[in-house]
Parts: sequence; C-alpha cells; structure tokens
Amino acid sequence: MLLVVEQFLNGLQFGLLLFLLAAGLTLVFGIMDLVNLAHGSLYMMGAYFAATFVAWTGSFLLGAVLALGATLLLGIVLEFSALRHLYGRDHLDHVLATFGLILFFNEAVRLIWGPAGLALPLPAWLTVPVPILPGIHYPAYRLAIIVVALAVALLLYVGVMRTRVGMLIRAGASNREMIGALGINIKLLYTMVFGLGAALAGLAGLMQAPILTVQIGMGENILILAFVIIVIGGIGSIRGAFLAAIFVGIIDTMGRAFLPNLLRQVLSSAAASTAAPALSSMLIYLLMAIVLVVRPEGLFPANRR
Amino acid sequence: MKHSFDARTAVTVLLVAALLLLPLYSQLSGNVFALTLFTRIVILALAAASLNLIMGYGGMMSFGHAAYLGIGGYAVGILAQEGIGSGFIQWPVALAASALYALVIGALSLRTRGVYFIMITLAFAQMAYYVASGLARYGGDDGLTVYKRSDFAGLINLSNRTQFYYLCLACLFGVVFLIWRIVNSRFGMVVQGLRSNEQRMQAIGFPAKRYKLVCFVISGTMCGLAGALLANNTDFVSPAVMYWTRSGDLMVMVILGGMGTLFGPVIGAVVYLVLEEMLSRVTEYWALIMGPLLLLIVLFGRGGIMGLLGRFSRG
Amino acid sequence: MADPLLRVKDLVRRFGGITATDHVTLDVAQGELHAIIGPNGAGKTTLISQLTGHLMPDSGSIFLGGEDISRLAAWRRSALGLARSFQITSLLMDFTAADNVALAAQAHHGHSFSFWRNARRESGLRQAAQAALERVGLGHRADVLVSRLSHGEQRELELAVALATKPQLLLLDEPMAGLGVTESARMVKLLQELRKEVTIVLVEHDMDAVFALADRISVLVYGRVIASDVPAAIRQNEEVKRAYLGDQHVVTAHV
Repeated sequence: MLLVVEQFLNGLQFGLLLFLLAAGLTLVFGIMDLVNLAHGSLYMMGAYFAATFVAWTGSFLLGAVLALGATLLLGIVLEFSALRHLYGRDHLDHVLATFGLILFFNEAVRLIWGPAGLALPLPAWLTVPVPILPGIHYPAYRLAIIVVALAVALLLYVGVMRTRVGMLIRAGASNREMIGALGINIKLLYTMVFGLGAALAGLAGLMQAPILTVQIGMGENILILAFVIIVIGGIGSIRGAFLAAIFVGIIDTMGRAFLPNLLRQVLSSAAASTAAPALSSMLIYLLMAIVLVVRPEGLFPANRR
Repeated sequence: MKHSFDARTAVTVLLVAALLLLPLYSQLSGNVFALTLFTRIVILALAAASLNLIMGYGGMMSFGHAAYLGIGGYAVGILAQEGIGSGFIQWPVALAASALYALVIGALSLRTRGVYFIMITLAFAQMAYYVASGLARYGGDDGLTVYKRSDFAGLINLSNRTQFYYLCLACLFGVVFLIWRIVNSRFGMVVQGLRSNEQRMQAIGFPAKRYKLVCFVISGTMCGLAGALLANNTDFVSPAVMYWTRSGDLMVMVILGGMGTLFGPVIGAVVYLVLEEMLSRVTEYWALIMGPLLLLIVLFGRGGIMGLLGRFSRG
Repeated sequence: MADPLLRVKDLVRRFGGITATDHVTLDVAQGELHAIIGPNGAGKTTLISQLTGHLMPDSGSIFLGGEDISRLAAWRRSALGLARSFQITSLLMDFTAADNVALAAQAHHGHSFSFWRNARRESGLRQAAQAALERVGLGHRADVLVSRLSHGEQRELELAVALATKPQLLLLDEPMAGLGVTESARMVKLLQELRKEVTIVLVEHDMDAVFALADRISVLVYGRVIASDVPAAIRQNEEVKRAYLGDQHVVTAHV
C-alpha cells in the first residue's frame, strides 16, 4: 500500500514535470508555428546551470533561481540570433535546424563540463520525509516539485486565460496579421513567448536534476515523451497536455514499478524477466498507439475538423 | 543553343565509377580502411535511398527510419545467436520483420500529418530502441555480437571484404534501380501526386492512405535490408543503431544530397559520412561544427547538392 | 418527373458558433445546369466541400443517383461519378498539364498498384489526357509545367482534370474566378457545350454567365437557401433582390 501511494505520487510528480516541458513546446508551436527539437537542450541546460550555480553559491534556492534566469536568457539569445529566421518556413526545416542545434549543445556541454555527468546534491532540509498521511511519508523535495509545478500550471492557466497577453497567445499563429494590426510588437511577443517556453524547460530540468543524473543527452529522452504527451493530449491544447502529462507520468512510473510483478503472476519467471523491462518501456507508446487508433486528433483537441 | 553538359549526370557517373573501382584502389594502395569505410557508406546510402522514397517522392517526413536498421540487424543477430546462420533464412526474416513493423507503425502514424507525423514516427522508433535495450537475452544495452556473418552456402563469402563490398554495392544499385521503376510507375505517380496536393488527389479518386502506407512499407523493407548488411559489416548490433539521432543523420543525408532525386541520397551519404570522418580527425569536437553547418544548409541550401549541380547544368 | 441526380436534404454544418450550412435542401435534375449564387461568406464553398466529401456535415443527407453518399469519403464519391473543380486553383504544380489530366484518368482506369511499367508511356492514359485537354482548348500546352501556365489556362486545366474522371455530376466552384473578358467568354462557351453531356452544379459570382447558362438557380444567403427556381423567377424575387442583387441592379435578359 505504501509502495502504491509512493509510486502514484512519483508518477504525479513526473507527469507534472513533463507537463512543464510539453507546455513550453506547445506554446512555441501554437504561436510561432515553430517545431523546436532543441527544447530538450534547454531542459538539459537548466539542469547543468543548476548544478553549477548551486555549487558556486552554496545555496540550493539561490542556485536554482540563477539557473532559471540563465536558461531564460539563453532562450532569448537563441531566439534572437538563430531561431527567428525559421519562422514561416517548412516544418522540416525546423526539424533539421534544431536537430543541428542539439548536436551543437551536446558538444558544447561536453567541452565545458566534460563527458561525465554532474550530480546535484540536495540540502538537508529538502531530504526530510514529510508525513502526508498517517503512516505514509514522502520525500520533501518531491513534494516541493509537485507544489511548484502545480503553482506554475495555475499561473499559466490564469495568465493564458485571463490576461490580455494570454488572449493574444490564444489568438494563435493564424491571427498574426490581426496581432500586428493591433499595434503590438510581434517580434517582442515572439521573443517573450520563446523565453517563457525556455524558462519552463529550464525549470523542469533544474527540478529534475537532483533526482536523475545531470548528463549529456538527457534532454532528448524526455523530449520524446513530451511529443507523446502532445499527441495524446490533443493538438494545440494546453489543458489536454496537462491531463495527458499526468496520465502518462502515472502510467509510466507505476507501470515500471508494478508490471514486472504482475507479469510474474501470469508468466514463467524467465519469460517475465525478459518481457517486463521491454513492456514497461513500451507502455506509453502503446497508449499513444491506442489514442491514435481511437481518436487521431488527440483526447482534447483545440479544434475539430 | 543547346548545351549538352549536365553537371548532375557527370557527377553521378563519376561517383558510380569511383564506387565500382574502390576495391581496386584499396588493393593497389594498401589502404584497407578506405574499403571498410566505404562499405559502411554504401550501406547507409541504401538506407538513405529508402528514406528518400517516402520523404523526397512521397512527402512523408519520417524521423524514425533508423528503426529498420535495428530491426534488420537484430533479425540477423538474434537468429545467429539461436543457431540459424544461413543468410537464406536470416535476410528474408529481416525483410519480413521490417515490413511488418512498417505496416503497423505506418497504419498508426499515417492517421496524422505534418509535425505530428514526424513526432510519432520518432516516438515509435525510440520505442523500438527501448524494447531492444530491454532484451537482456540479446545483449540489452550492450548489444549483441554476431560471431559469424550470414552464410550463403558458398555462393558468396561475406567475410571476404571485397566480395562483401560488391554485394553491398549490388544491393545499393539494385534498390536505386527499383526505386527508379517505382517512381515512374502508376504507383509512383500517385505517391508523388499525394506529396504535391493530397486534397486534389482525393478529389480525383485516389484513397490517399492506402498508397502512402504501401510506399511506407516498401521503404521500410528496403531499409531492413540495409540493417541486415550493417549487422554483417560491424559483426555487431545494438540498440544504439536505432537511436533517434541516427534517424536524424539519415534525414540529413537525404536532404543534403537533394530530396526527390534518384542519386541524391547516395551523394548525400557519401558527402556526409566522408565529412564526418575527416572532421573527426581534425578535431575531437567535430559535432560543434556539424551542428551549425546543418543550420546553414537548411537556411541556404535549397535542393541540396543535386539542386546546386542543377544550376550548373545548361540545356 | 424522374428522380433528381443530386438531392440534398436538410444539410447542416456548424463551425463553433457559426452555422455555415443551415438546413440546405435542393434538387438537381439529370442534365440540368444548376447555379448556386450568393454573397461572399454565404457558405457556398462549404456546401460544395460537403457535397464532395472534403467536409462532413453535422446532420442531413446527400443522395447521388438515389444512393446515400452523406458519409462517403471524397475518393469514393469520385468513383461514383462526382467531379469537382476548386475555387482556389488546386493542381499538381510540379507536374505538366498532361500529367495532371493523365492522373485523373488513371484513377478511373483500373488500379494503380502497378510498380514497374512506366505510367507516362501508357498510351491509353496519354490519349485520354490529350482528348480532355483539347476539349478545353489546352491541347497545345500539354507538356507545359502547371506552374508555367497562365491563370486562365490553369482554370481551364481544372476543368480538364475534372472531365478526365468521366463524371456524371460536375461541381464547379467559381471556374471564372480571376478570368478576363475573353477568357470568361471562352469558359461560358465551353460550359454551353459540356452541359449537353454532363449535369453541372455551378457556383459563380459572374452574373452574366450565370443567367446565360443556368436552367435553375439557388440563392444561398448566410447558409440558407432563400430561393430555388428558374432564372426569370429569381430575377423577380424580392427577397433575392434585397439580399444579394440589390435594388439598383436591374438584370437584363440574356437571350
């Protein structure tokens, strides 16, 4: 029972982190119509910056804030120097160009920080197990992630639904001319949106850093999960991304934890140990496949045909 | 006034000649490395050509093509491990497995289009990567050694470098020839039409998905052949061969050479891999240069190398 | 009276809060040339898209030759004899005119899962393509890339492509769009000849052409059919005059 609750919360935490990543991706895609594969690289940079700044300043919080700022700045510089030239081009061009950026980032990181990963140790006050239910304790840090991610999700919701800037964001890429006619500086809006996306990716990266190792290529693995979430959640829908992310996070985490045991009840031990890891990894892709068969536009698409 | 000089044809002929004569050069100069390098290049050119069929001619941007290299390779590797060393069994299995994967993945992925199609093919290929990593019996993450190359009962000895090279080259030319026939056939016309304007094609009476799926399966099967060849070449197969950046490499080769041209992918593969080889000798940080280079190619190099050569042709 | 070739019953299509097609009902008899007119934004193209299967209605039905095609995919309707030309030219730009028409012929000439024979050498297809091109007056431009054809020639090619599918019902969405005076006259003459062989539904803004050609006219305003009758009656219809033609437009007889 303890294990189930713990794994459920782990899944929730993972899902929320995935949401932060997917939200940034969807925003940039929805407004600038830009496919940014290097989004995962921003996630990685957030983690690397965090590890570095925490080590320099000796303070976890200060290091985290600095890392967030650095990633935001990096995103803005990236948009300004390279990515804005891709607006309006074929999506394939985006894929290739940002693929090139991934190679560049991975190599640059290797140059600066070396090929071995980094570790980001947690301060003592964050490793305390927190009693959330009678008899059930959960690590404070993971709880913190859940709280922070939910807060950010709420902020995003309010920001997108209730503010003027949010209205512009919801107007979407198709109304670029209208936005321009309103006298709003499109270039600035786009840079801001990209910066926001970068910050979300960086936040996800720095929060995940103490849990997983900070290493080269960490962005790519999780980027693909973000894609899966967008497909399942629905095209152009942040609400869909939220629900899909939670769903995927929980299924993936609990699947990996409990599927091997479940399989052992049904199959022989040898077959189970061969099949289990493969099946656990396949789980969310199977989920995506089912959604594609039943509802190709995703579960909560923003438009319908 | 008609000039008969066609830079594209000239370069193509030169390339074909060079590829045919390579083993001779290798023997005379004693440079064995060139032979092994170019065997790998030829195999990946085959993979790139298969991708060009769906990307360049069919307009389907698949970011998961490296999966077939793995499927073909693992078919050979797994069968070899289980004691079945005959190429007459291994290779058809490699082709059939690739075709089946393409059929299932294609049927699912083709329900989407554009970016979503790209994302989904990417996701499924990564799934294949993770599945292979989980196969502890067959090496998992570390990969699987292929102790004996595919046996063709004395017809051809794959362990002989020169014979193997010519086999790969024959497969490459065979596939390119097949692609040439296919794109000019009724089927090819439909597929190209679908790339150009799918709505129009539906309006005149073609069920789009059916044709795209068949094209997808043909392409995957051809790449499965490349996978079987690759496993023999490296005497090894591992999940890494399916990692998504390898799919990206294949895409780059196709685009670099010139999408939708017959020899573009071959040229693209040669240039990309030779460049990679040369750069990695010059600097350990070659990827640092490759990255921005790709960016520049995309921004300025419309039509790839074939396109560039086309501008030098008159007539 | 024989069964109509095309019967539309109570067709409804909404986009969010807008009802683009509001309970549209109309009949098109065999051999008729039926024009659909209406102000911009009336939902004419939406209606055509539902007839061809590029868009699915929310409710209502469409019958072609007595058969219910309301939910059939676009390509199946083409096989049943429905052909369409597009309002915004929709051709295969990197192919030649002949290629475009040959492909249309190919779709209705056996299956296309043939992988070896060169399609461009199939004399049957090439001849059918040439015939359709000459019909619309483009025989001499067969081997020109579509991107190099003039706008008027592209509109004519749209027609040739539709004809090559040997349709029983031709849906033409503003075939005269963007044509000059001479080209329009040529198109009208072409349609006068075609109407003897195939039933035509014509969406058009060019009133001269409409009143010269149509056997019957349906007027679409805000997604609703406000009148469906012979041209003479439409000209007198008060509601139509107010909604579309405007009181100041006195339409003279074209006989």
